[in-house]
Amino acid sequence: MRKLKASLIDEQAMERTIARLAHEILERNKGAGNIVIVGIRTRGEFVARRIASKIEEVEGVTLKIGTLDITLYRDDLLGKLEQPELKGTEILFDINGKDVILIDDVLYTGRTIRAALDELIDLGRPRSIQLAVLIDRGHRQLPIRADYVGKNVPTSSAESIRVHVREVDGEDAVLLMHPELPE
Amino acid sequence: MPLSTRHLLGLDGMKREDIQLILDTAVSFREVLDRPIKKVPPLQGKTIANMFFENSTRTRLSFELAERRLSADVLGFSATGSSVSKGETLKDTARNIEAMKIDMVVMRHSAAGAPHYLAKVIESNVINAGDGGHEHPTQALLDMYTIREKLGRLEGLHVCIIGDISHSRVARSNIYGLKTMGARVSVCGPATMIPREIENLGVEVYHHIDDVLPRIDVLNVLRIQLERDAGRLFPSIREYHNFYGVTRQRLDKAGREITIMHPGPINRDVEISADVADSENSVILQQVLNGVAIRMAVLYLLATKN
Repeated sequence: MRKLKASLIDEQAMERTIARLAHEILERNKGAGNIVIVGIRTRGEFVARRIASKIEEVEGVTLKIGTLDITLYRDDLLGKLEQPELKGTEILFDINGKDVILIDDVLYTGRTIRAALDELIDLGRPRSIQLAVLIDRGHRQLPIRADYVGKNVPTSSAESIRVHVREVDGEDAVLLMHPELPE
Repeated sequence: MPLSTRHLLGLDGMKREDIQLILDTAVSFREVLDRPIKKVPPLQGKTIANMFFENSTRTRLSFELAERRLSADVLGFSATGSSVSKGETLKDTARNIEAMKIDMVVMRHSAAGAPHYLAKVIESNVINAGDGGHEHPTQALLDMYTIREKLGRLEGLHVCIIGDISHSRVARSNIYGLKTMGARVSVCGPATMIPREIENLGVEVYHHIDDVLPRIDVLNVLRIQLERDAGRLFPSIREYHNFYGVTRQRLDKAGREITIMHPGPINRDVEISADVADSENSVILQQVLNGVAIRMAVLYLLATKN
């Protein structure tokens, strides 16, 4: 069992962070005209929906939102102990020529994002792909960075970050957990 | 939950959770088949040998396509013109191919039980692509997938398989799989084509098509082996069509929406009339497409299981 070390973001802070990310995305893209939103399963999907509805609220538009399951593009698929469950990619729109806002909850090694970029490019040729994350915890193993960051959190790689969202966990919170204690 | 088995040899005795997992996983691969680039990388570096000791076009193509779409390397092999015709045993053939460092074997063989034997003598994962009159598990899985896609469930549905049940591996695998998934299963055909004691598998037997049609949701029509069976199992093709042919008129009389399936290749106007095969309730071409997705799911689940 991991123990709680610190609460990084609470309900209200989450609200404000999402709002700021939405505004940054709109500012950089000069509006929502050409953007589509893609969330990475599982938690990134919910963060994506939140950011999308904030943008919709501000701009009075309806955005196209898709979900990416990067499992088939993982680089550790054939060596893994537990067989990962496929939940499926659902992007029911054309991403050609669009500015894709790719959203995940936590940016860590960068391997998930590498997989997501490969999968997106198999789906079409977007004009740009921009990455938004709720938490950047460092420790990159690949040359990848986020365009929009909710909060930078220096961590040790033995610690872990838990993102809770209302839809799944009943609360909005980001928690920093202590390293797992040896048995 | 990973698959509980290393091989896919048959649906007889296969766990419900395993069947469920394969059907659920296939949904993701079905989505891949609608993409502009219909290829994903999970089996990169895996080598799969397709050993077809018996002729097959569609099953072989379907497996090959599934393997390539998962980025596996594919070795083809057919019995004609190979060392099998020089008298090499199945075990030696398989071991020689395996010595070239392959990971999985997909096998079709005319002898029932051949893949089960193979699974005991080689290290690779073995997938049965049809063994004699025994089983054809991926066909039954794609049939179940197609039913679920069209009708939303399997549990509680009534599925009838019509034709030569005695010699059909498709029928057997379907019976095992559908029963496990909670469907009601009937078989229909002349007495010469229904094996004795098939009721022991928990299926109902009908000899008149008009008796069973008003009771069912799905009709799976088996191919009649014209060249082999006319005059042996039934008097003539025309007589078979008159008594067991699936026609528009018969379906209309039944007064029910019945989903029509066929594992192919179809004999138009023998076991199924042309208009029924092409009708809106026919899912024959969906079966073909779903077959690729199901085989991708099976290959993926076996390859990623440690």
